[in-house]
Amino acid sequence: MGVGMEVVSESVASAVRTRAAVRVRGLRMSYGEQEVLRGLDLEIGHGEVVALLGPNGAGKSTTIEILEGFRTSSGGEVEVLGVDPVRGDEDWRADLGIVLQSWRDHAKWRVAELLEHLGEYYAPYSEPGRPRPVAVAELLDQVGLREQARHRVGALSGGQRRRLDVAIGLIGRPRLLFLDEPTAGLDPHARQEFHELLHRLADVDGVTILITTHDLAEAEKLADRILILDGGVIVAAGSAAALSREVAGRTEVRWCADGERSVHAAEDDAAVVAFVRGLLTAPGPAVTELEVRRSSLEDTYLAMVRHREGEPVSEPASEPSTQRLREAPSSRSEGER
Amino acid sequence: MRGLRLGLRRGWITWRAVNTTREGLFQTIVWNLAPLIVLILLRDETIDAVGVSLTASMLPGMMAILVVFGVMGIAYYLANEREDGTLLRAKATPGGMRAYVVGLVVVAALDVAAGLVIVAVPGMFLLSGVAVASVALWLGLLGYLALGLLACLSVGLLIGSVVANPRTIAGVGMLATTGLAVVSGLFFPVQVLWGWVQVLVQLFPMYWLGLGLRSVFLPAEAAALEVGGTWRTLEGLLVLGGWAAVGLLLGPVLLRRMARRESGSKVEARRAEALQRA
Repeated sequence: MGVGMEVVSESVASAVRTRAAVRVRGLRMSYGEQEVLRGLDLEIGHGEVVALLGPNGAGKSTTIEILEGFRTSSGGEVEVLGVDPVRGDEDWRADLGIVLQSWRDHAKWRVAELLEHLGEYYAPYSEPGRPRPVAVAELLDQVGLREQARHRVGALSGGQRRRLDVAIGLIGRPRLLFLDEPTAGLDPHARQEFHELLHRLADVDGVTILITTHDLAEAEKLADRILILDGGVIVAAGSAAALSREVAGRTEVRWCADGERSVHAAEDDAAVVAFVRGLLTAPGPAVTELEVRRSSLEDTYLAMVRHREGEPVSEPASEPSTQRLREAPSSRSEGER
Repeated sequence: MRGLRLGLRRGWITWRAVNTTREGLFQTIVWNLAPLIVLILLRDETIDAVGVSLTASMLPGMMAILVVFGVMGIAYYLANEREDGTLLRAKATPGGMRAYVVGLVVVAALDVAAGLVIVAVPGMFLLSGVAVASVALWLGLLGYLALGLLACLSVGLLIGSVVANPRTIAGVGMLATTGLAVVSGLFFPVQVLWGWVQVLVQLFPMYWLGLGLRSVFLPAEAAALEVGGTWRTLEGLLVLGGWAAVGLLLGPVLLRRMARRESGSKVEARRAEALQRA
């Protein structure tokens, strides 16, 4: 991340850098009676790309708005670039880039004109080795809007508009970029283009990025690390691979014996093997069906989303357990094994 | 200083951006041509009592209306730009809020200036019996316009930061302003109205702006047509100055309070609402 460029103002930079870009401890937020965040902890290192993933209403936007300094939390500690956002001044703000899902501002301005103008606000924050603002032409190339430079902002397509928003978020060469559901409402093609753009950014600039999304595939694709937010707390965190491994550790064994269906959740592979061996060799009614299935990250996440939306669902048990299932019409599975 | 410079630039770009769209330009021209046409049609009428042309007494009223509506535009811009995220954008930019407010004022001033250029400049040549070449007249004119702009700005800011819905402002606000304009003595003496209306009207800057401008354009004898038979210059300056002071003191506070409550989800909620209406 920008190696060799940060020699100057070392003292300030290192003071900021030694700590995490974002540090949150026990963050709570309630609107009246309703508790949206219940003791959220998170930490984002400099240069990391982190996705905050969760179903709608999980508290993603609330979290990001508190980090942006647009909302005051009900409790807990928050530090963004070493500063409590509530006390963040204009200097602090100059280091942030913010991309929302619903900007519709400056519709009558022209694309390059808007970038030029917004860039000027950052000029006083320029330092040797970190020139600000970023040159508009360079930025337009980066987000693929060179052709549209003279167009009115309001005439851009949804995907172009979103890319302009990213360009605006980057114009001040931020240390930390927030993207709140940046691909909501984009068609698959525009979404794909947007993902490519974010990849380029993360690789080239080494900017710290926090992105919220309710789309698991998007989080897997973009982020170094995924934080799954549900019910106001982080319920799982790690790289996509690690998360898969973590939840894949929960394996379900389903079987049918004497017409009765059962399911057992096991923590790791050894336990599964031992359980199945025991099951098959145990005296009693013969097992007529057997299914061993690893739940994927997607299964876990979808279960969470369904739970959010109020559908009853059997959550993957974290403790090894066995439960009887109600007799189900089994004509389909009967023939399978 | 920086905020001022960025705000001036912002205001100019915004105004130019609006007035280079077909609708924007159309609105600016049509709104301002209407009063000009009235002046042209009435150019030969005179007020017999004081021997000045009717247009000379109407033009000041029209100028006052231009100022007031130009400034009501501020309330509209403010509510609109809160809805579309412009205000939040300003908040997310270092030094953005200050430049935003200056930009709003610049846009209103340019709107008013455009109106004055279209209405007042040709209108001046339609006045008989008024010494349009006099320095005193132009000084008085510019002075009253600047003070009136500040005073009305203050009302516009107050309305814009209290009323959230731009459609309410476009509807109710414009209606109320028009109503106020009708009874503010701009086109007929306020004395023909009930006493309580006269009192009410004199609380607002519009009446005093109109009165002040008439005092600039009309001969001293015409003061006989006003309340109390004088121009009440001192009272007028006090009321206008008072409103200007209220705006300068309260405006930033209200704006800050309003801006503090802005966030992405608020903007998103309003977007969803706006989509439902569409």
